[in-house]
Amino acid sequence: MASSSMFGPNNPGAFWTGGPAPGQFYNFPGSQSTSAQNSSQRTLYPVVTGTSVLGVQFEGGVVMAADMLGSYGSLARFRDCPRLLKVNDTTVLGAAGDYADFQYLSNVIQQQVIDEECLNDGFGYTPKSLHCWLTRVLYNRRSQFNPLWNTYIVAGIDDEKPFLGYVDKIGMAYEAPSLACGFGAYLALPIIRDAMEKNPTMTQDEAVALIDRCMKLLFYRDARSLNKYQVAVITKAGVDIRGPIKSETNWEVAHMIKGYE
Amino acid sequence: MAAPCVEPAKGGFSFENCSRNARFEQMGLKFPKAYKTGTTIAGVIYKDGVVLGADTRATEDTVVADKNCAKIHYISDNIYCCGAGTAADTEMTTQMISGQLELHRLATGRAPRVCTANRLLKQMLFRYQGYIGAALVLGGVDSTGPNLYSIWPHGSTDKLPYVTMGSGSLAAMATFEDRFKPNMTKEEAMKLVRDAIAAGIFNDLGSGSNVDLCVITKDKVEYIRPHEIANAKGVKQGRYLYKRGTTATLSSDVKKIEFDVIGTEVKTSAQPMDTQ
Repeated sequence: MASSSMFGPNNPGAFWTGGPAPGQFYNFPGSQSTSAQNSSQRTLYPVVTGTSVLGVQFEGGVVMAADMLGSYGSLARFRDCPRLLKVNDTTVLGAAGDYADFQYLSNVIQQQVIDEECLNDGFGYTPKSLHCWLTRVLYNRRSQFNPLWNTYIVAGIDDEKPFLGYVDKIGMAYEAPSLACGFGAYLALPIIRDAMEKNPTMTQDEAVALIDRCMKLLFYRDARSLNKYQVAVITKAGVDIRGPIKSETNWEVAHMIKGYE
Repeated sequence: MAAPCVEPAKGGFSFENCSRNARFEQMGLKFPKAYKTGTTIAGVIYKDGVVLGADTRATEDTVVADKNCAKIHYISDNIYCCGAGTAADTEMTTQMISGQLELHRLATGRAPRVCTANRLLKQMLFRYQGYIGAALVLGGVDSTGPNLYSIWPHGSTDKLPYVTMGSGSLAAMATFEDRFKPNMTKEEAMKLVRDAIAAGIFNDLGSGSNVDLCVITKDKVEYIRPHEIANAKGVKQGRYLYKRGTTATLSSDVKKIEFDVIGTEVKTSAQPMDTQ
């Protein structure tokens, strides 16, 4: 409450009885008093989102793909969002879900990579260590009820062996020879798993062709996708991020469809 | 005797039961839960006709209720229908429409058309506003050629060259989008549908067991059940009963047991007359 004892330049009086003095916060009557410090800001829902990310291991490396769309709900708002991050020459990180959380985490990771390079002790991020660190960070954030609303896929070469790992926003993590998050898990993973069963030791070209087939399929059937995607191929030789690639879609079937009954 | 006078229906929908149901719910009455099939069903049009496919698992929530149920239902000699959703709804709906179509065939004297079955199904499902949980893939060959429809529980239909429905529909549709082409041969079409259903069986938890196929052409129908036993029950590797002679016999003695006859009864096989 404003004191109404002595008015002057250092103690301006309230504008009305019980009202605010200039420079004071005024708690409007009837509303809950939440000062900026007390109100918690937690992630409640994702805003700009990315859709699926696919990952496939082949003989001598890993290939990962993600399209370049940032959806604002059902609006295809940002058509130039790279969702693959090259961490170093052995690791690439792909993210689905909230784009802002991915950007925040990318900044953190890139700063840490710089710090490690400054230390100059020969150690750097391996895909396994990045996967492990991500799991702990995401699980911790979820335990604070403030998750980073993303699903990450970590791909790379670890100790001369290909590595592919998945981490969820609730901290669920696992490794597998083929991974997909989002709609890719329902649409692309059956195709990828079938192809890998028929051909367990794929070459790089076969794996990239498989990924291209699946990205085309996702563009056909995922309503929040875009026909513009990047592909990251990680081998012993290093990381090669190709893109943007546009699928050749075939709409010949449209001639066979007239009406609905 | 004065008969009670019933007012004729004014037309349109009557939602009286909705307020009755709401009052029941307020009183605390629990409605029975509908049991779903959790399914992969698919259909494809090829050069000479239609190939329909389905898995054979029926689920009650997370338990497999029937390991080998038949999801491809008979509508008429040239029209078959796969059903996903609530098992009772798909079974009864297809049977009702099959009956209506047969009466229609007898009345018109013509072979029934697939679009007629489609109309009958969608008009009934729309009338029930989605409460009949039947998602159907209707296929057949009639005088206009091969036709394939997908029918949703609320009553909307799509006429397409390839359709999938059920919980495994995304896996099956992925296979179709990858490899469908117009005017396939019968072998290609059967392989494609088999692969689509297999994708659903192995990647969706609501689908499983075997693959059933139904190939419909102008002249005949091949109802292949099962087309492929994709998940065979494991065979026990050993026999766990003890062999005769495992336990040594020291001596054996045979005795006759005396029976006492308590009573006898003569039963007649013919039914007694109603007058008695």
